[in-house]
Amino acid sequence: MQRNARIEMPRMLLLFLLVSIALFAGSSPLAAQTVPSRAKAHRAAPNFSRMDLRHKKIELTSYRGKVVLLNFWATWCGPCLVEVPTFNEWQNKYGSNQFQVIGISMDDAAPPVISTINKLKLNYPVLMGDEHLGAAYGGILGLPVTFLIDRQGKIRARYQGASDLTRIKGDIETLLHTR
Amino acid sequence: MKFRFLQITSAAILLAILALSGTVMQAQQVPTKSSAVADTTIPSAALVQPAELVRMLHGSEKPLILQVGSHVLYAEAHIPGSEYVGATGTSAGLQSLRERVSSLRKDQFIVLYCGCCPWGHCPNIRPAYEQLHALGFTQVKALYLADNFGTDWAGKGYPVAKGR
Repeated sequence: MQRNARIEMPRMLLLFLLVSIALFAGSSPLAAQTVPSRAKAHRAAPNFSRMDLRHKKIELTSYRGKVVLLNFWATWCGPCLVEVPTFNEWQNKYGSNQFQVIGISMDDAAPPVISTINKLKLNYPVLMGDEHLGAAYGGILGLPVTFLIDRQGKIRARYQGASDLTRIKGDIETLLHTR
Repeated sequence: MKFRFLQITSAAILLAILALSGTVMQAQQVPTKSSAVADTTIPSAALVQPAELVRMLHGSEKPLILQVGSHVLYAEAHIPGSEYVGATGTSAGLQSLRERVSSLRKDQFIVLYCGCCPWGHCPNIRPAYEQLHALGFTQVKALYLADNFGTDWAGKGYPVAKGR
């Protein structure tokens, strides 16, 4: 009996160690912080097919193989307008490296969005969102909200509110280095 | 002796991992709060907290609840019984608000809310409050949503309705 216990104890400790290491690994920044339970990390990003404001058809699944930054924003949202120029820079910087920004405006009408696109010289597609698209993405009930989608089309991060852009940039670079 | 050493070492490693893991997770869960809460000119006495409004919804004397922000966000989820007025950060939205309240008594209890953005960045709630104040309404409150409607209302399990 005592001998059995001596044999079992190291095994149990090893099991504890393995479980702890697994838990620790699962709490890596990209996997956790920015994705509340509602957003379901690692689920497939809901597909959509819509015309953007330059009359080009945008279908999310056609971006498979690229890292996609999907940004829900609006022209009346101050924190959104702070982020958008940086997303534009990233499109320039990483665009040739299989990276794509897609903007989804939650404005009620297109004219102010078109005006903002032109004013900020946005170089990525922007399309009009609505309550159905918002619901598909777990509820967009406050802006901005940004999703980072990996090459396989899975949501890897959800950033709510005025975000830490340095952190998002780091997450993008991590995904770009992942094949 | 060897077994005892293994036991102590393993326990120490386990504790270290758990502590480190806990620290990381705790750091990750710190919510980002709006730093611009003080930017608004709405007096704190005129604010109503979400939990307080939920109690009012169950009471006998319900206020008139007006959403003064985005129609898309309203369609996705709004407070049951609330009405969409228009984005009062725009002149069209303010006009719409004036029209909605034109036939009301000045002592009508009105609760305004938006929740499109963090409180200090909301372009709608302050103009709406100031407009009603200027029109002479005496019982106007603004729902305080620190981050947004999703986090501070829907995310807390308070009742929501959908549709335009």
